[in-house]
Amino acid sequence: MSTELTGAEIVFKALSDHKVEYIFGYPGGAVLPLYDQLFKQKEIKHILVRHEQGAGHAAEGYARSSGKPGVVLVTSGPGATNMVTALTDAYMDSIPLVCITGQVPTHLIGTDAFQECDTTGITRPCTKHNWLVKDVNQLAETIHKAFRIATTGRPGPVLIDIPKDIQFKKGIYKSHETIKIDSYQPSFKGDIHEIEKAIELIANSQKPIFYTGGGVVNAGAKASDTLKELISLTGFPITSTLQGLGCFPGEDSQFLGMLGMHGTYEANHAMHDCDLMINIGARFDDRITGMVSKFSPNSKKIHIDIDPSSINKVVKVDVAIVGDANSIMTSMIDIIKKKYPGFKNSNKEKISNWWKQIEIWREKKSLAFKQGPKTILPQYAVHRLYELTKNQDTFITTEVGQHQMWAAQHYKFSKPNRWMTSGGLGTMGYGLPAAIGVQLAHPKKLVIDIAGEASILMNMQELSTAVQYRLPVKIFILNNEYMGMVRQWQELLHEKNYSESYSEALPDFVKLAEAYGAVGMRASKPEELDEKIKQMISVDKPVIFDCVVEKEENCFPMIPSGKAHNEMILGPEDEETISEEGKVLV
Amino acid sequence: MPKSAYSIDNVEEKIERVIIVAWVDNEAGVLARVSGLFSGRGYNIESLAVAQVDEEKNISRITISTNGSKPVIEQIKAQLLKLVPVHKVADYKIDDTSIFKELALCKFKGNDDLLKKAEEICIDFKAEFLDKTPQSFIVQIVNARREIDDFIKKAKPFGLASITRTGPLAMKKGSETIQENKGKVL
Repeated sequence: MSTELTGAEIVFKALSDHKVEYIFGYPGGAVLPLYDQLFKQKEIKHILVRHEQGAGHAAEGYARSSGKPGVVLVTSGPGATNMVTALTDAYMDSIPLVCITGQVPTHLIGTDAFQECDTTGITRPCTKHNWLVKDVNQLAETIHKAFRIATTGRPGPVLIDIPKDIQFKKGIYKSHETIKIDSYQPSFKGDIHEIEKAIELIANSQKPIFYTGGGVVNAGAKASDTLKELISLTGFPITSTLQGLGCFPGEDSQFLGMLGMHGTYEANHAMHDCDLMINIGARFDDRITGMVSKFSPNSKKIHIDIDPSSINKVVKVDVAIVGDANSIMTSMIDIIKKKYPGFKNSNKEKISNWWKQIEIWREKKSLAFKQGPKTILPQYAVHRLYELTKNQDTFITTEVGQHQMWAAQHYKFSKPNRWMTSGGLGTMGYGLPAAIGVQLAHPKKLVIDIAGEASILMNMQELSTAVQYRLPVKIFILNNEYMGMVRQWQELLHEKNYSESYSEALPDFVKLAEAYGAVGMRASKPEELDEKIKQMISVDKPVIFDCVVEKEENCFPMIPSGKAHNEMILGPEDEETISEEGKVLV
Repeated sequence: MPKSAYSIDNVEEKIERVIIVAWVDNEAGVLARVSGLFSGRGYNIESLAVAQVDEEKNISRITISTNGSKPVIEQIKAQLLKLVPVHKVADYKIDDTSIFKELALCKFKGNDDLLKKAEEICIDFKAEFLDKTPQSFIVQIVNARREIDDFIKKAKPFGLASITRTGPLAMKKGSETIQENKGKVL
């Protein structure tokens, strides 16, 4: 005979059963019984953010850097609506979040009560699944299902809406071992016949390329090792999406750099000219493909993805394997070893011309920049930041815009879960709260938010959270006083009409840091950069580093709108190639 | 105007009309999930019919008439299968391998003369008379969409005052039933 617990007790028992360490949240009327229960227990720590969106992104940072689900607790109405951006962000980038929202008491639902909103209705399209719990006896089971759905298959955010009266009511706690979800059975192992077909294509290819994405990160820590083995076993070149960076060492000679709109010349040309593309855990996003009709026209394509709806969604593929990336890559390695012993050496000759061609593309040095004596180039700032932090295990988050692309291009990652950026939704204001979540998961590690001065102001208030919990996150602002990516597009596509992209008033970031109780620093000359970065790293407090950079630097290389991978522009001299037709595209 | 996309392909795909059927858990919000998926991803719903079909397992069958190119139809099915409460999905092309039926109720109003002519048309189309008053009558007609369209067109001038239709339901001919396809590449 099990004893009865209140809804609030059930919630915390369930969270404890799922080994939750931290919840990110903000109290309010409809979650007071839950906060009362939080107060009575010691096991789960609560991180009080300054805005609910910050709670969501902090939970995302925690999840992405630790591989565990992030948990959020917010109130009804505005608490829930403020979470929508973070939920959508997590949905687009496949991040496991469990969000608990309070709701007005059951008898008030539908009456336009104070702080009432249709939370499950609003969040239906931006969660993997959501529930409104109207029976306290269903609460435990719902939470268990929520954790299962958030963390398995293609991970994503889920939401549980709990009316206030249900938090008070007594009910039975069910343990999570008995939970069954009939209609939710994500496949894990790939179809062996399809895997064999893929190996045949691999063995016969002369111009192959691996194109890997965030799915490899989500397949767990081992997946990155398996990928390294597969790449070394085949001797094939590899490129990565923005989300996949870190799964394969950025400085390895087989790595061609990131691909896509701001990817390297060699990666994009290799994607265009290859005869075999092996996509592992990436989704042919529009930032990757450019013009779909001109995308890699002469290649056979293999697509490995855990989400069947990603297959043939954008690009039609020849071989589709649905399942977990690590499991499928392991099978591929086994088959290659068995069927083609010594594959790398025996196959070397076949792909040697391909590597020669890649080296010619590499000679373009598409990421090169010329640092002059006067102002700091943003690329140089990221490059120096990398050089001065690469000897320690560093975690990087970003906001969204030019600085994000420069960080992706010039900061080289050697391990997964070290790079947290909002790719799918492109959420400005993501980086600081995400860094807070990362620092909690990795208390002793160096965590840096590479930011822009516009983005950082979108969730600036979270610096207060960092100070409260003594989280020494470093905010490295590439300050050009512009919404840089907007300015760049206006320059290239809108006749230099810089409509509303310049910030006429910006705070003094050094004083702002001090006002929050953090440390502020500024660098504006190239020669002082190294010393100041070293100083920033040595401070055991949150730091805002205001790095004053060249104002009108553009992010190159770039595939202009409506163009193919082999039509990318490398710098200002190519700018006139964007067509009228290209302008209407995003 | 093009849809918001970084790349636009001007490949003309053949659009076909298809009936999509989803077997779902009969729970709160499931219809909103399905219809929201259609509107959110820019697919069209021509008609929609829902009812519980298995009380014991608590399963409802949602029937949606839609149109799209072949890849779009495949993507609709894949997206539907991704929804947690969806158990399986099938599509029925409008051909003679399946049966398609919809039901319409039609009310006629008018003088004796007009109603008499209307009655003749109804009898012609094998409509069933459900209600009769001196000034009006209601008929039920069960048929394929095109026949019902045809009936309405013919009956319209003769006092047809109100129409309600269910949209089509579909079932495969022969002994075959739809197999589980959750988590599979379509």
